[in-house]
Amino acid sequence: MLLPQTRNIGLPMMNLMRFKGLPILQQLHIEEQLLRTSSENWCIINDGTNDPTIVMGVSGKPAELLEIESVLHDQVPVIRRFTGGGTVIVDHETIFVTFICNKEAVPDLQPYPRSIMSWSGSLYSKVFQGIGDFRLRENDYVFGNHKFGGNAQSITKNKWIHHTSFLWDFNVRNMAYLKLPKRAPAYRSARGHLDFICRLNDYMPRSTFIDKTVEAAGTQFSLRSLELEAIETCLETEFRPSTRFLTSEELEVAAAVAGQ
Amino acid sequence: MALRMWGSSTASALKISCASKPHLYLSRCFSTVLDGLKYAESHEWVKHEGSVATIDITDHAQDHLGEVVFVELPEPGGSVSKGKGFGAVESVKATSDVNSPISGEIVEVNSKLSEAPGLINSSPYEEGWMIKVKPSSPSELESLMGSTEYTKFCEEEDASH
Repeated sequence: MLLPQTRNIGLPMMNLMRFKGLPILQQLHIEEQLLRTSSENWCIINDGTNDPTIVMGVSGKPAELLEIESVLHDQVPVIRRFTGGGTVIVDHETIFVTFICNKEAVPDLQPYPRSIMSWSGSLYSKVFQGIGDFRLRENDYVFGNHKFGGNAQSITKNKWIHHTSFLWDFNVRNMAYLKLPKRAPAYRSARGHLDFICRLNDYMPRSTFIDKTVEAAGTQFSLRSLELEAIETCLETEFRPSTRFLTSEELEVAAAVAGQ
Repeated sequence: MALRMWGSSTASALKISCASKPHLYLSRCFSTVLDGLKYAESHEWVKHEGSVATIDITDHAQDHLGEVVFVELPEPGGSVSKGKGFGAVESVKATSDVNSPISGEIVEVNSKLSEAPGLINSSPYEEGWMIKVKPSSPSELESLMGSTEYTKFCEEEDASH
């Protein structure tokens, strides 16, 4: 009888860390540090985060992307993350999946944005095989023309990260904090949030999605499960992540400058 | 640039143009490699003129990155180190590190890029320059590739994929 490990001979090693309800800021800090300081490959899955939080990309402008008055009134935290891409609002109904890879980890993969997304789209095609009309459409994960996952990336000299927030479910009220972005894919056709996005919940049970994602990753990598405690002593204490909360003052100034 | 050259049956061909004719750009199907510049394997170029060296990413790099929507640059007065990142560009939902081919002190930063990041796409060897540096070790330039070597480097990378 073949041992399971023998199926993975020759595959690059990837560390798998699974969380439930890890605060999104902590998740992003771990990711940024692993991207910048670790020479290994990583898959991080966080099944929901604790509090509703807005997460903007590195170049996001609050006045353009957020209903700042409502955000401040309801004290919704706002994070600027280290990767590119757009703005999401995440909570306990969001499932996060992250891949951090050395540039040699995926054979023949060019560390360019579209190449990486082509690879990830192919991986998730295995997850959603036979489920809905899944595809990578203008860099979004969609069923048909409805987006259910927002992704973003960062590419360094020797590594890249591709992370995704999947809308297993969402609170309609939370979407009201986000404005329609100026830069949007053509297939969005100026639809509002509620007409543009859909729930993964309508297509697949939560645990099935996570299990299938791990299974798909396991076809390309030899997965090794690690707990956060196992790596905490290895994480460099001197590393300073760029991902951070925006202060109320920063949001107020942004609103004032924009004349809101 | 944190990237390698893409290879495919319709891979971009690389042509060499003379720096004395900076406007001699070929069809958008081809990436331009200018003579007279030095190139890093991470796809940045450097132009050394007197005591100042200008740095940016190559035409092939910008073509593979896609539309640049944001550029993160350091402040003048700071320093750069050979092979280390000094900034980043954002394109297609991704931030990509830009690495310095040489070490030195940053003497000027292209402020136009904050309002017009697309200059990196439209003018990678002229208006889209990122930083100007006073080299601290001019001998580092000798270890960089010339246009012919860089072209060959790119062709070999293409062929390996």
